[in-house]
Amino acid sequence: MSTIVVQVIVGGLLLGAIYALFSSGLTLVWGMMNIVNFAHGDFVMLGMYVAFVVWSVFGAGPLLGAPLAALALATLGIIVYFGLIREIMKGPMLAQILGTFGLALLLRYSAFWWFGANFLTLPENIVGGTFDIFGLRIQASRLLAGGVALLVTLGLHVLLTRTSLGSKMLAVAEDSTAAQLMGIRPDTMQAIAWAIAAGATGLAGALIATFFYIVPTVGETLAIVAFVTVSLGGFGSVPGALLAGLLIGVIESLSAYLIGAVYKDIVVYSLFLGFLWFRPQGLMGKT
Amino acid sequence: MRRFLWASVVLALVIAYPLLFSTPFLQRLGALVLLYAIAASAWNIVGGYAGQVSVGHVVFFGCGAYAAMGAYAHFGLSPLVGIPAGVVLSVAIAAVIGVPTLRLSGHYFSMATIAVAELVRLIVTNTDYLGAAVGLSGPTVPRNVFDLSFISALPYYYLFLTVLVITLGLTWWMANSRMGFYLRAIRDSERAARSLGAPASRTKLYAFMLSAGLTSVAGALYAMMFGFVDPESGLGILISVKILIMAALGGAGLLFGPVVGAAILVPLEEISNNLLGGKGAGLTFVLYGAIIVLIARFQPGGILTLIKRLWTRRGKMPAQTIVSEASHAP
Repeated sequence: MSTIVVQVIVGGLLLGAIYALFSSGLTLVWGMMNIVNFAHGDFVMLGMYVAFVVWSVFGAGPLLGAPLAALALATLGIIVYFGLIREIMKGPMLAQILGTFGLALLLRYSAFWWFGANFLTLPENIVGGTFDIFGLRIQASRLLAGGVALLVTLGLHVLLTRTSLGSKMLAVAEDSTAAQLMGIRPDTMQAIAWAIAAGATGLAGALIATFFYIVPTVGETLAIVAFVTVSLGGFGSVPGALLAGLLIGVIESLSAYLIGAVYKDIVVYSLFLGFLWFRPQGLMGKT
Repeated sequence: MRRFLWASVVLALVIAYPLLFSTPFLQRLGALVLLYAIAASAWNIVGGYAGQVSVGHVVFFGCGAYAAMGAYAHFGLSPLVGIPAGVVLSVAIAAVIGVPTLRLSGHYFSMATIAVAELVRLIVTNTDYLGAAVGLSGPTVPRNVFDLSFISALPYYYLFLTVLVITLGLTWWMANSRMGFYLRAIRDSERAARSLGAPASRTKLYAFMLSAGLTSVAGALYAMMFGFVDPESGLGILISVKILIMAALGGAGLLFGPVVGAAILVPLEEISNNLLGGKGAGLTFVLYGAIIVLIARFQPGGILTLIKRLWTRRGKMPAQTIVSEASHAP
């Protein structure tokens, strides 16, 4: 295998780690509340713009931008939960889908109105340099973003499976009434889930912004990537999302390298539809 | 009797509208309202009656538009010839998407339809036969009346009105047939409907296919009026969104809901685009987003449901309407 193919695969894995990070937020919310956040991609888009604003106001890089983006989006997540999600969860299916879909439009076109349709980028040297590892040349920004995303996704998995907070959230997901009888507030747990999910998107957005263009409609593509990742990994499964995210990153990079950049989305979307046909429960999901 | 009288008055007004308001802007506006009312009514069959929220209806819209323009651009035929081809293609695509996804929960269906819409848009944008990013054009100078290329919006108005009446007639017929009762039962509780022997998957699939075919006709009419189609105007996800919001705002699952929604939102968009210019497009969709969030949060039944409830509260509605409303409630 030539070096360039290995390089493409490593690049795909680093991108895939970011896909895994923001998709695990979607899968968490789906698993707990049986609701799909159609505005998920636009949350990531907002994270990117927070990173951009932090850079243009303070001149600071992702060291400040990423935590701020995570914090800002987590706050937004809590507001969205109490203002919208808690109410529409009681409503019919149409209201659930329309609610988050309308939110997506609202966020996307507010960004469009405020920042314009131009492609913005952070300066390339904001995370400077390239590493040379065993003959592979890897940009420092991608290595940092991928590495942090991988660590945070793993941390999220540990949080959900090894801590008491995670057990409480799982209890609410399993049976909210029973959890309430055990003294757990479903409302608080679900708000925390939304904060974590939205915070993850904010962090992912700030990380991806270090090497990706920023545009209001970027959320549309990222939302579909998250849907593909989550349905591939199985709804509600963070390890599944991690595996699927890495896989999709690699598939995307390889198809861009082998058959051309315009076809990479076509390959990923076709994969998604193929999965819906043959294995709707995902790679690690149960029937 | 009184209801019949009101209906005739409204119908007469709709027929007389382009003659009463004869400026080109208002005639064009009227035609656009009817066009979107056709598309939203078609969406309503699967989104409202069956409760399966499709966000990919633009695929069928685009099928119709591309078939109509393709018939002219590649074969020199009247765009009308493309309509049946577009309908057949749309119904086939609906079957291919519907068979796997309609078995799953509603969220899955919505996600799959978005992915299909984006996939089709990307493929068409990269296909030279379909004009790639530039799109296909219709006849610049009409050869005869069958090219359906008019300068005035007046002929389009009556053409669209005819198609809208047919669409609403079909919807009414479907809603009052066995299939309509199955669909409402499935929407309220699929498990209960299945246990009583309603063929849920099959009925939802039929509704999806019927809706797809009618949406394709709307797309073909749209392309004929504008004389061209490109990936953005024929396959952009925002078309799906507009159709869906109109139906939901007016009242999804009600016969006239989509028409009311179109009559509110189309003028709103045209006027805000005229007033605000290019920048207005962004603001219009901010408004769309806000409206849709507010409907979902406070009035998932749409405006018509709200009006009906207010009427009932004032005690003006006969008792039988209350009963029928209850069975329609989401």
